Amino acid sequence: MSAQSLIPVKNGQALPLAEIPELSVAAFREAILEAVSLGQRLACLCADGQRRLFAVLADDTGGQLHVTRTQLNEPRYQALTPTCPQAHLFERELAEQYGITPEGHPWLKPVRYQRPWTPVGAEPAPLPLPGVMDFYRVEGEEVHEVAVGPVHAGVIEPGHFRFQCHGETVFHLEIALGYQHRGVEQALEGGPHPLSLKQAETAAGDTSIAHAWAHCRTLEGLAGVTVSQRADRVRGVALELERMANHVGDLGALSGDVGFLPTASFCGRLRGEWLNLTAEVCGNRLGRNWLRPGGLQQDLDGAMIARLAPRMAQAWVETQDSVDLLWGAASVVIRFEGAGHLTPSQAREIGAVGVPARACGIPMDVRQDHPFGPYGMHPVEPVLAESGNVHSRAWVRWRELFESQRHLAGAFAELAKSPSEPRPGPLPNLASDSLCVALVEGWRGEVLHLAITDAGGRFSRYKIVDASFHNWFGLALALRGETISDFPLCNKSFNLSYCGHDL
Amino acid sequence: MSHTLASTLMNLLLHTLAVLVLPPLIPGLIAKVKAWLAGRSGPPVLQLYYDLAKLARKQAVFSRTTSWVFLAGPVGTVAALLVASLLVPFGHTPAPVSFEGDVILFAYLLGLARFLTVLSALDTGSAFEGMGAAREVSFSALAEPALFFGFAALAKATGSLSLAPMLQAHGMGKVGHLSGPLILILAGWAIVYLAENARMPVDDPNTHLELTMIHEVMVLDHSGRPFALVLYGASLKLVVLGALLVDPLLPRLAQGWLNWLAFLAALGLLAVVVGVVESSTARFRMTKVPQFLLAGVLASAFAFLLLLV
Repeated sequence: MSAQSLIPVKNGQALPLAEIPELSVAAFREAILEAVSLGQRLACLCADGQRRLFAVLADDTGGQLHVTRTQLNEPRYQALTPTCPQAHLFERELAEQYGITPEGHPWLKPVRYQRPWTPVGAEPAPLPLPGVMDFYRVEGEEVHEVAVGPVHAGVIEPGHFRFQCHGETVFHLEIALGYQHRGVEQALEGGPHPLSLKQAETAAGDTSIAHAWAHCRTLEGLAGVTVSQRADRVRGVALELERMANHVGDLGALSGDVGFLPTASFCGRLRGEWLNLTAEVCGNRLGRNWLRPGGLQQDLDGAMIARLAPRMAQAWVETQDSVDLLWGAASVVIRFEGAGHLTPSQAREIGAVGVPARACGIPMDVRQDHPFGPYGMHPVEPVLAESGNVHSRAWVRWRELFESQRHLAGAFAELAKSPSEPRPGPLPNLASDSLCVALVEGWRGEVLHLAITDAGGRFSRYKIVDASFHNWFGLALALRGETISDFPLCNKSFNLSYCGHDL
Repeated sequence: MSHTLASTLMNLLLHTLAVLVLPPLIPGLIAKVKAWLAGRSGPPVLQLYYDLAKLARKQAVFSRTTSWVFLAGPVGTVAALLVASLLVPFGHTPAPVSFEGDVILFAYLLGLARFLTVLSALDTGSAFEGMGAAREVSFSALAEPALFFGFAALAKATGSLSLAPMLQAHGMGKVGHLSGPLILILAGWAIVYLAENARMPVDDPNTHLELTMIHEVMVLDHSGRPFALVLYGASLKLVVLGALLVDPLLPRLAQGWLNWLAFLAALGLLAVVVGVVESSTARFRMTKVPQFLLAGVLASAFAFLLLLV
């Protein structure tokens, strides 16, 4: 790997495209494969309408991001997937979005059933029907296939799951998503426009803050704006409140899935308490309209903190009481320990991020590895577990609550002392022909926003990678050899986003 | 008790009325207990009555892949359970129909009810329902021996093959009250009760997760009136099997109405116990369920052995 092939970049730093040398396709492939073999992670691989390929590699232990790019002359190149399985979904996406064929990819199935790419001016291809494709099949007299969804028995998002079973044992699970494809990335192209922030916030509704923050940071990076320390501290509060609410809800839902009612009921209510803290500040339980490019839409003044702090303390005490019941019930712990095993090597191979990765003992947390906002000065310790099963994923969530709580209490104490700031004005124009990558550790894991601007400083390509995009395949792997009746529990322990994947 | 025609008719009337009207109260009670223990107010105790009334006014939807077997499921199940309910004494009032050997008929009527439910599930051709049917059949194959060993033990103790004397003998002092074998039988039957009624820790009646269901998944395709029958049938099963559990524990009281009252109170108490069990334990992993059922078989088998020696 030559020194110029991978360009180091900091989380949230903008870089003129001219500073990223255009590699040959072979060198581009080699650079990625070598970096991955040395332990880096393929955080993003995407193309744009001009057949340029961009890759973002994350060196989590070295705290460094790298970007690289190439220009394809024809719509095909030799696929990365056979040697680098992390790339499998990215390459399927390339084929679907831009009609680029990664040759040698094992199976280029549709990702989101969006309209196949056709050159400008050509007759548009017909829109495929979601879920209509070939599924992997296990043949045999005693093998049976179970199809679940996209319409489920509960009020959850749509996704189709195809199980190949032998009795109760699952040989293979195939997950087909794309039912929620709205075209978020496509809508953001040509931006930023007044709706951009809304579109970023709704990439995954339960991760509004993380996506909004990542979006704001790409804009701020490209505009060369530095956010005040106070605004960063408040953004940290927003992100950790989001984490608290979702982790509490998840622990309750996990408990509900094994039929343990006390924690399920209490946590269901407590999740509401945490969401209401967010709503108190910005008027929306999911944190919409709290952040804005350049700073905050809603500051957190002393009076507000005085109102929130006692409510938060109360919610925290009740949360601990409620979740303690869960760990105290042997029947629950046995269920958690026996299901959904993902090995560390599997997790590394597929490039898992966030809670499922940390539950396998892989130390990976954007807040520590690629610090952003307040996390450089106020570090958060990544929480690890070892076994990679449902219990580990629940345990990681539980211990992360303590870290978040500690961070929140520190931020409240500090923010109460400093005066609130006026709302920032509009951002200056974005740098032209530049690229900016922003990573934020959402409650599920890494949220990546990659913006590339054209000569006029508008987005020529905007790529969003939610943690779910990396992790869905982990769920399929975790279910191999397990019983089909444990699927809902495994699914809940990953709790991945359908809309964050489908965009 | 005076076996006058009037009192026999009165009992028959009360028994039938209880069987027809009472059952939907039991799931309501269980749900209420669970809600209270979880700190919620929960649905009204009479919720199942409202649900049945609503379903009775709704049209049923039948899949094109189904045949008459699909409808035979709920109808046949309720019919079989209704007949079975006439064989069971409620407390210390005599059963409306009682003859030597009725215990065999009783057990096979329960078997028939399950057989029809399973056929109806298979008739839909759905992967879920087939899976649920497979689970139901394999688990009930393990629950049945527990029931039969219990019957055998009681038959040995009382020298009768009729449900009424078998279940009521204890309260009359013929067999020691709360003797070792009786405790073992009731422990085994308690497990059967939870399994047969699709309660925790064997099955989760509240779950919406179709892949984890056992009993619920077999009735997913039913709607309207047939579904009302399914729900009523499930609650009827709670009462019929509940009578097996509480009868041996009830003391015989002098007055008929006191016996009725004791029975109803005991049934209510049983619902409370089920609610408490469901609130305090997580559901077993499905692979562990057979072990739990085997514990039930062993308990009642030991009771039988104890009575043999």
